[in-house]
Amino acid sequence: MDTSISTFEQLKDICISKDKKIYEVAQENMAKDADISVEEVRAFTNKSLFAMKEAIQSGLNSKELSLSGMCGQDCYKLQNRFKTDMAMFGKTFEKVLVYALATSEENIRMGKIVACPTAGSCGILPSALVAVSQDYNYSEREQINALITAGEIGRIISNKVSLAGAVAGCQAECGVASAMTAAAICQLKGGNISQVLNAAALAMKNLLGLSCDPVAGLVEVPCVKRNPFMAIHAITAVEMALAGIESKIPLDEVIDAMEQTGALMSPTLKESSQAGLATTRTALEVQKKVFGN
Amino acid sequence: MKKSTLFDIISPVMIGPSSSHTAGAVRLGILARNIYKNTPKKVIFKLYNSYAHTGKGHGTEKGLLAGVLGLSVDDRRIKNIFDSDIAKQIEYEFQYADNFKYHPNAVDMTFIGENNMFISGESVGAGEIAIRKINDFNVKLTGKYNTLLIVYKDLPGMISKVSSILQHHNINIASLLCDRNAKGQEASMIISVDGNISPEIVDMVEEISDVYFVSYIEKLEN
Repeated sequence: MDTSISTFEQLKDICISKDKKIYEVAQENMAKDADISVEEVRAFTNKSLFAMKEAIQSGLNSKELSLSGMCGQDCYKLQNRFKTDMAMFGKTFEKVLVYALATSEENIRMGKIVACPTAGSCGILPSALVAVSQDYNYSEREQINALITAGEIGRIISNKVSLAGAVAGCQAECGVASAMTAAAICQLKGGNISQVLNAAALAMKNLLGLSCDPVAGLVEVPCVKRNPFMAIHAITAVEMALAGIESKIPLDEVIDAMEQTGALMSPTLKESSQAGLATTRTALEVQKKVFGN
Repeated sequence: MKKSTLFDIISPVMIGPSSSHTAGAVRLGILARNIYKNTPKKVIFKLYNSYAHTGKGHGTEKGLLAGVLGLSVDDRRIKNIFDSDIAKQIEYEFQYADNFKYHPNAVDMTFIGENNMFISGESVGAGEIAIRKINDFNVKLTGKYNTLLIVYKDLPGMISKVSSILQHHNINIASLLCDRNAKGQEASMIISVDGNISPEIVDMVEEISDVYFVSYIEKLEN
């Protein structure tokens, strides 16, 4: 019998009927699929979590520029500012922004990161997960639960829509990362199954149509600075979902809309750098400087 | 098509900046190395299309070389591979071309050494890759399964001889792909299996008459 879960409705039904959390169902299914133990699934997840924290630490301490020279020092600038001038929304907000930039900048200077779900969106989930866990004292066990929850959301989405900018635009990369992050943080904060799925739906719904138009075809502009935006976007969704605010459109249908939107988007806006930001005057100048064409 | 798993979403741990242009390039290099087996004297990499145009900004050349030298996708040495001692083991050269018949992220790798081998592959997205050509044979190797590559004389009954050895050792075939140059000429068989194939079994396949060449290609790590 095929027991694989392919929709969020199925996931919700199983969680409710078995009185289990998303991460419990997800880790059991992953263990069964890969023929390993639940402990091994959690150990694998912990390895990713550890690498995420390592990437943040390296990123916080580097000012090295990317291969193109376009990015690499924004995390440094932000940390400097927060030393004397605190962010309006407080310490955790600061951390999320700084950690997201730290990770994304590590990525573009050929540092070690975790593609979650993709390399271009690698700063979104770690920044929120680590910042919130530090400031609200969530244990490693709870962080792993949150990361598995996020992974299950991403898994179900990716089996409907390819998580590639070339296929569905940035909504499928940074957008999905933001939805996964919303689910992770909602899980961390003790949200129930409906709240977790609503958080993901709210985050995703507000990023539909996001194009992928990177300057000179590199994972730098606008990708690096998009990461902190997306992390905060996810937390906005969590705050609403925890208040019982619902996405009027269920997550499954939001993903269907995302797939359709992706298909309708012009190929020039899907990782081909043939339109949008990529063909602005400044972008073309940068491209000429970097590649000479 | 194999569906994504939870692990696919929260990994890999990799050297940035791009899953297709960096991690994918490393994996293409590793798989080509697994196919070639020996350390080559020289490798010529010919990058096509997007790989040729944006490779430099993504460390694609570094990734390909690192893979051929056996480094994994999360090895910090990739970043400065051109200056590292391990890169001095072999000679290498990069060429660039446009060809619309090729995948946007494609590379030809010509291995020169005790024997020469031509391996062509593509990075199909999210770090997933496929080797599409080995010498004159069309293949599809994704690195997801342990795989047996057999070059043999195109004769009736060859597939069954090989598969009966595998069956005898209780090895399940996940996929089978055959190709040939012409009837009665050289042919190739690509058998992906669940689990492992021991060196003894590889030897047994090698001993089948009219088998010219057998290579056991190990799958890539996650």
